[in-house]
Amino acid sequence: MALEGLSLSVAAGSIVAVVGPNGSGKSTLLRLIAGLLPVDAGEVLIDGVPVDGPDPRVGLVFQEPRLLPWRTLVENVSLPLELAGWPEPRRLERGRALLSQVRLDGFERAYPAQLSGGMAQRAGIGRALALDPGVLLLDEPFGALDALTRERMNQELLSLWDRTRATVLLVTHSIAEAVFVADRVLVLSPRPGHVVADVPVELARPRSPSAIDAAAFSRAAEQVRAALEAADTMEAVDSAEASDADSMADVA
Amino acid sequence: MLAGAVVFVGMWQLIVSVGNYPAYILPSPMVVLDRLVRAWSSGIMAPHVAATLSEVALGLLVGGGAGLVIGVLLARSALAERLLSPYLVAAQATPILALAPLIYLWLGSGLGSRVLICSLIVFFPIAVSTMVGIRSVDAKLLELARSLRATRWQILSRFEIPGALPQILGGFRVGVTLAVVGAIVAEWAGAERGLGVLINLARGSLFDTPLMFATLFMTAAIGVGLYLCVVLVERRLVGVWRQG
Repeated sequence: MALEGLSLSVAAGSIVAVVGPNGSGKSTLLRLIAGLLPVDAGEVLIDGVPVDGPDPRVGLVFQEPRLLPWRTLVENVSLPLELAGWPEPRRLERGRALLSQVRLDGFERAYPAQLSGGMAQRAGIGRALALDPGVLLLDEPFGALDALTRERMNQELLSLWDRTRATVLLVTHSIAEAVFVADRVLVLSPRPGHVVADVPVELARPRSPSAIDAAAFSRAAEQVRAALEAADTMEAVDSAEASDADSMADVA
Repeated sequence: MLAGAVVFVGMWQLIVSVGNYPAYILPSPMVVLDRLVRAWSSGIMAPHVAATLSEVALGLLVGGGAGLVIGVLLARSALAERLLSPYLVAAQATPILALAPLIYLWLGSGLGSRVLICSLIVFFPIAVSTMVGIRSVDAKLLELARSLRATRWQILSRFEIPGALPQILGGFRVGVTLAVVGAIVAEWAGAERGLGVLINLARGSLFDTPLMFATLFMTAAIGVGLYLCVVLVERRLVGVWRQG
């Protein structure tokens, strides 16, 4: 079991980041909310309505862009519309609008192989927004990008959020990314994961890396780091107990 | 490609000149070319080429179509693969040359039998390449499809078939050349027209070795032409997005 006793609620239109040690079930959490995995026990609600199966109210951005290599960008971002049965002229029009939302104007006819990693992931985000979801889930979307591109993508995510006001759940490994982007940072324990800390980030919006309240930023980052370290030592205690048991067995 | 042809024809001519072979053993390139031109202008060649081409085309249609459908089925269902694949492999391992007379015996010597023989030989590479191609489609793309609530048909038509296309076209590269072999074998086993018949005629009753070479040349030309067609289709469909 990847998650157990996990409970969280996210205010509509807010941004929540989720961090945690490897294997704490962060990706599982997103897949549960997206309806890609069934919940063994408990429930997932969006606006009070349960999620059962893949849900159009949710847009999902994966670790990799997951673009179809044989489709042009406009065909890729409008794929959800095509699958939902939109007629071609309407979906291409919407596709072009989506590309321009993620600043990829002029790349309508490009193929994914022609793009940089950052551009491809922007297209992935555009596709996730195609059906105007109220909830945007991002699963370590910028992990594969270089530091500078990543910082830019964080800002773009914020400006995109500013325009759409979707509820955003961002899974990330980067404490800086989590604090910069989110209103709250949730820290998960090692598997089976549950929330061990809920750190509020008191930074005014709009945020930009050059004009940020450094004191508030490092305070929040420090709290997240402390909680993460505590979560890691929980694991260490567990294995210490295990080795004790082993040595006991030796004596006997 | 052109340089290769020049070398080939040059060697051929050299062997004929050095060995001083008579035309009924090994005709020189010029003799064969001359015979080919005469066979076309006298109207001997055209009906045979047309017959073989139509068998090849229908065989590709039937065998390729069946190969696609069965390939999808095999990829989709482990049960289907377990049940069917031994028979498919056994059928493939049985020489078509041995099967052809049997098919004529059962189905008569009409066009249908020849198309069936041709289809049988085309079927296998297409079915296998389709199966392998669909199985190799990235599971992450299929998860994306699921998250977007794609129907089974949409998964097949928008994700699996396009994703498998490079492999499927690879199967067709093999399939088209085999289709020509199948048509010739079928014509040998019994037909009134076709390049296979003409080879037999040229060798047997006519004792016209240059005509035999001209016919062989036509057969090879059909194979090469079809192969180039597949390569062209590949370039249009796959070349544009592969490292564009």
